[in-house]
Amino acid sequence: MADPMRIRANLVGDVTDVKVLMSHQMETGQRKDAQGKVIPAWFIQNVAVTHSGKTVLSAQWGTAISQNPFLAFRFKGAGKGDKVQVTWTDNRGDKRTDEATVA
Amino acid sequence: MKSLTRLHVVCALGAVAVVTAAAAWAQTSAVDEIAKYRAALKDGNPAELWEVRGQGMWAQPRGPKQVSFEKCDLGLGPGVVKGAYAQMPRYFADADRVLDLESRLLWCMVAQQGYTDADARKSPFGAGNERKSDMEALVAYVTSESRGIKMNVALNHPKEQEAYRLGGKMFAFRGGTHDFSCLTCHGDDGKRIRLQDLPNLTTVAGAQLAYTTWPAYRVSQGELRSFQWRLFDCFRQQRFPELLYGSDASIALTMYLARNANGAAFDAPAIKR
Repeated sequence: MADPMRIRANLVGDVTDVKVLMSHQMETGQRKDAQGKVIPAWFIQNVAVTHSGKTVLSAQWGTAISQNPFLAFRFKGAGKGDKVQVTWTDNRGDKRTDEATVA
Repeated sequence: MKSLTRLHVVCALGAVAVVTAAAAWAQTSAVDEIAKYRAALKDGNPAELWEVRGQGMWAQPRGPKQVSFEKCDLGLGPGVVKGAYAQMPRYFADADRVLDLESRLLWCMVAQQGYTDADARKSPFGAGNERKSDMEALVAYVTSESRGIKMNVALNHPKEQEAYRLGGKMFAFRGGTHDFSCLTCHGDDGKRIRLQDLPNLTTVAGAQLAYTTWPAYRVSQGELRSFQWRLFDCFRQQRFPELLYGSDASIALTMYLARNANGAAFDAPAIKR
């Protein structure tokens, strides 16, 4: 089970500023271990952010994204107290969903 | 003929001055760029992931005796975390030793939670996929609860004074295959390892800035690193014998550096390249 994400969502005017920290190894598949064997690729492939059932961001990621990724973006239409839900899925099929309240 | 030689000398000196100015400019601009890089990353510091994990662990029953860290006294009473790190290392009467945060956590794990000493110190430092360190997460949580609080390490007990004195001595002690001491790298202004600036720990400002920004998330390692790790790695870089985790030597050095940072607001877990 992956560690929880850290999500902050703040309303500035009519725009919601979302900042997400994810805990993930993001292994590129290009590194080798001490025995010389390739460490298999293991990375977040899809990220989806929803606000009251509506997708506000969807992204396809690859191995160029850093370990423990930080994602920041803005969207319009949310009010204070609304929930923002973030889900990632990695190439092994692991999944993690966390949510935050817009403040 | 004489005047011609003099002219040459003047020209040569001029050229030297230009070269030095260019080198100084290149150096400061690299330093500025690193500062910008740190500022850009500060907003999304992955150290927070360790803080959250550590916070969860703090309240959980642990070890053979199933006791949580809420029974662990960091100096301000059992389970009190807020501001505790800003007053460590300190003398603990129950252990009859001066302890820093990590050795205090080890003490609580052995004395209260029932771990064997070997089990308690099994994974002080994490290593990516292979090994996650509980200790680093706990350290991240406890230190984050002192953010913004002024460093206030006391030297009241004779053992605290002894640790400080020993730490100062070790800081200046030269040894190893390279005849290094801590002062070799940290005793002058403007020293670097590659592009990394090294703080001058003999000045008040340098000591404060360095101590208040550890522990830190190391981007290049993808790990949160504690102060014990910082000292451990300094010893390795000096080609000294391995610094034992939570040893009296490590605590004395921590005492010396923490006390010298007194008065500055603690500002960690930080982020470093």
